[in-house]
Amino acid sequence: MSTVLAFKPTEVAMAAPEAKSPARVAPPVAVTGPRSGIPGAQSESAPSPDLPSVAPGAPAGEKLRDALRIVIPPLFGIALMVGIWALVAIKSGNIPGPDKTWAAAVKLFADPFYQNGPNDQGIGWNVLSSLKRVGIGFGFAAAVGIPMGFLLGRFAFMNRMFEPIISLLRPVSPLAWLPIGLLVFQKADPAATWTIFICSIWPMILNTAQGVQRVPQDYLNVARVLGLPETKIITRILFPAVLPYMLTGIRLSIGTAWLVIVAAEMLTGGVGIGFWVWDEWNNLKVEHIVIAIFVIGIVGLALETMLLMLAKRFSYESR
Amino acid sequence: MFRSLVQIEKVGQTFNTKSGKFTALRDISLDVREGEVVTLIGHSGCGKSTLLNLIAGLTLPTTGVLLCEGREIPGPGPERAVVFQNHSLLPWMTCFENVMLGVEQVFGRKEGRDKLKARVEAALAMVHMEHAMHKYPHEISGGMKQRVGIARAFAMEPRILLMDEPFGALDALTRAALQDELNGVLAKTGATVVMVTHDVDEAVLLSDRIVMMTNGPAATIGEIVEVKLDRPRDRLELAHEHKFAEYRAAVFEFLYRKQLKKAA
Repeated sequence: MSTVLAFKPTEVAMAAPEAKSPARVAPPVAVTGPRSGIPGAQSESAPSPDLPSVAPGAPAGEKLRDALRIVIPPLFGIALMVGIWALVAIKSGNIPGPDKTWAAAVKLFADPFYQNGPNDQGIGWNVLSSLKRVGIGFGFAAAVGIPMGFLLGRFAFMNRMFEPIISLLRPVSPLAWLPIGLLVFQKADPAATWTIFICSIWPMILNTAQGVQRVPQDYLNVARVLGLPETKIITRILFPAVLPYMLTGIRLSIGTAWLVIVAAEMLTGGVGIGFWVWDEWNNLKVEHIVIAIFVIGIVGLALETMLLMLAKRFSYESR
Repeated sequence: MFRSLVQIEKVGQTFNTKSGKFTALRDISLDVREGEVVTLIGHSGCGKSTLLNLIAGLTLPTTGVLLCEGREIPGPGPERAVVFQNHSLLPWMTCFENVMLGVEQVFGRKEGRDKLKARVEAALAMVHMEHAMHKYPHEISGGMKQRVGIARAFAMEPRILLMDEPFGALDALTRAALQDELNGVLAKTGATVVMVTHDVDEAVLLSDRIVMMTNGPAATIGEIVEVKLDRPRDRLELAHEHKFAEYRAAVFEFLYRKQLKKAA
C-alpha cells in the first residue's frame, strides 16, 4: 500500500504518455505548482493549445521511443532525488534514509485510519481533517470572492474603492490573521479555517475581476445588439467568458490554501497533517516527518491536477 | 423601394480623447431607402465604422439625429442587426446556439421551441452552413464563421442589416464566394443593408448606392454614386460590362485623386 502512495509522482508521469497530450498533464504542474502560487492576479490563462499528439498510424517502434522519451527523464529526476537523500542521510546520521522511511511508511499506511484518542489518530484522518478545513475556508472564500470579483470587474468605482484595501492586505501572511481568528472564534478549528479563507480570497477576487474586465467588447456589443437582458448577459456571456479566469484564481487559491494549512495547524494543534508533523517532531520520529512531506506534496499535486483538468474541461479555444 | 427607412440628419460625432476633443464626423445627412444596399467607402480613419455604429445605436451622436422608421434611435436593438468584422461568435456556443441566442430574443415570446429551431435551421441553410450547425466556432474556418455571423443577423429578421467590413478579414477567394452568396441572399430577401467596406469592387458589385466619405478628421459625405446595374449581378459578366468599369473608375477617381491620403 505504502509503495503506491510514496511513488505516486512517478505514476503520474508514467501515466502521461497514455493520455493524449502528455506535455499538458505533467510539466505545467512542475512549472506552476502550488508552491509557486503567489496569491495575485497572475494571468495564467487557460491551458495552451493542444500539442500535436502522436499520430495514430505511427509505427509501434516509434511510439515506444516517444513513450520512453517522456518516461525516462522524470525517472532520472526521481532517482537523483532519492540518491541525494540517501547520501545526506548517511552523512548526517539524524535524517532517516529512504530505506528506513520506506519501512516506516509501510507500517504507517498499514492502518491509516486508527483512532487512539484526539491526539493519536491515523495519518488518513489527519489528511482528511486538513482537507476539510481547506474545503470549508476555501468554500467561503469562493462564495465571497467570486461575486466580489464580478463587482470589482464590472464597476470601475468599486475597483478603485477596494484597490487600496486589497493591495495593503494581500501581501500579509495569512498566519498573521490567526490570532484575530482565535480571538473572534475562541476556538482553534475555525481560526485555522479563517486563515484559509483569508489566503484564498485574494487570488479569487483579483482573477475574477481581471476576467470580467477582459471580456471582449465585441461580445458585449453582440449582447447589446441582440437586446439581451442583464440576466442573460451574465449567464450566457459574462459567466462563460470569465470562467477560465475564475478557475485560474481557484487553482492559485487552493495551492496557497494547502501551503497555509500545514503552518496553521502547527500553531493551532488538533487533528490535521500540520499538527501531525509537529507532533512527530516532538516524538522525534523524523521518518514520519519525511513521509508527511511526501503526503503533503502528493495531495497538493492531486488538488492541482484535478483543477487543471476541470479548467481544461471548461476552457474554450477562442478564435 | 423609395420609402426611407433610416434618416440621418446633420449628424456629427465628437470624441473626448486624452489630447482633447476629436471630431470624427461632421454634418452627415443621408437617407437609406427600404430595400436598397448602401455601402460606405473611404480611406481608413474616415469614420465609416463610426457612422455604422451610430446607425446601430452602439454610440449616440454628439449633434444631429438618427431616425429609424421615423423614431429616434435610442440604442442598439435587434431590428438593426449588425454583422461584425471579426464575426464575434461566442466561442462557448455552437453555431446553432449562437444563432438561437438572437432568435430566442426576438421570437421567443411568441413562438414555440420547434418554430424557433426551424428559424435557426433555415437561416443557417441560407448561408449553406447546415452541415456545421453543431460545431463550435473554433472548429470552422474564418469564412464559415462569417457566414454564421450573417445567418445570426438574418435570423432575427431585422429591418436593416448593418455590416462592418464583413469580409475584410477573409482571403480574396473566400471573400468573392461570400460576396456572391450575400448577393443571392439579398436578392431573395430584399433586405435593406448598410455596409462598410474598403474594397471598391465589392462596393460596385453589391450596392445600389456608394457613399464616398472624405478623409478624417471631421469626415463627411463627399460624393454618392448610384449604381444602376441590373440584378442579379454576375461577377463574370460584370467584368466585361462597360458600366461596371465606369462605376469602378468613378470610385477610384474619388478615392485616389480627390481624397488621396497624404503619405503617412
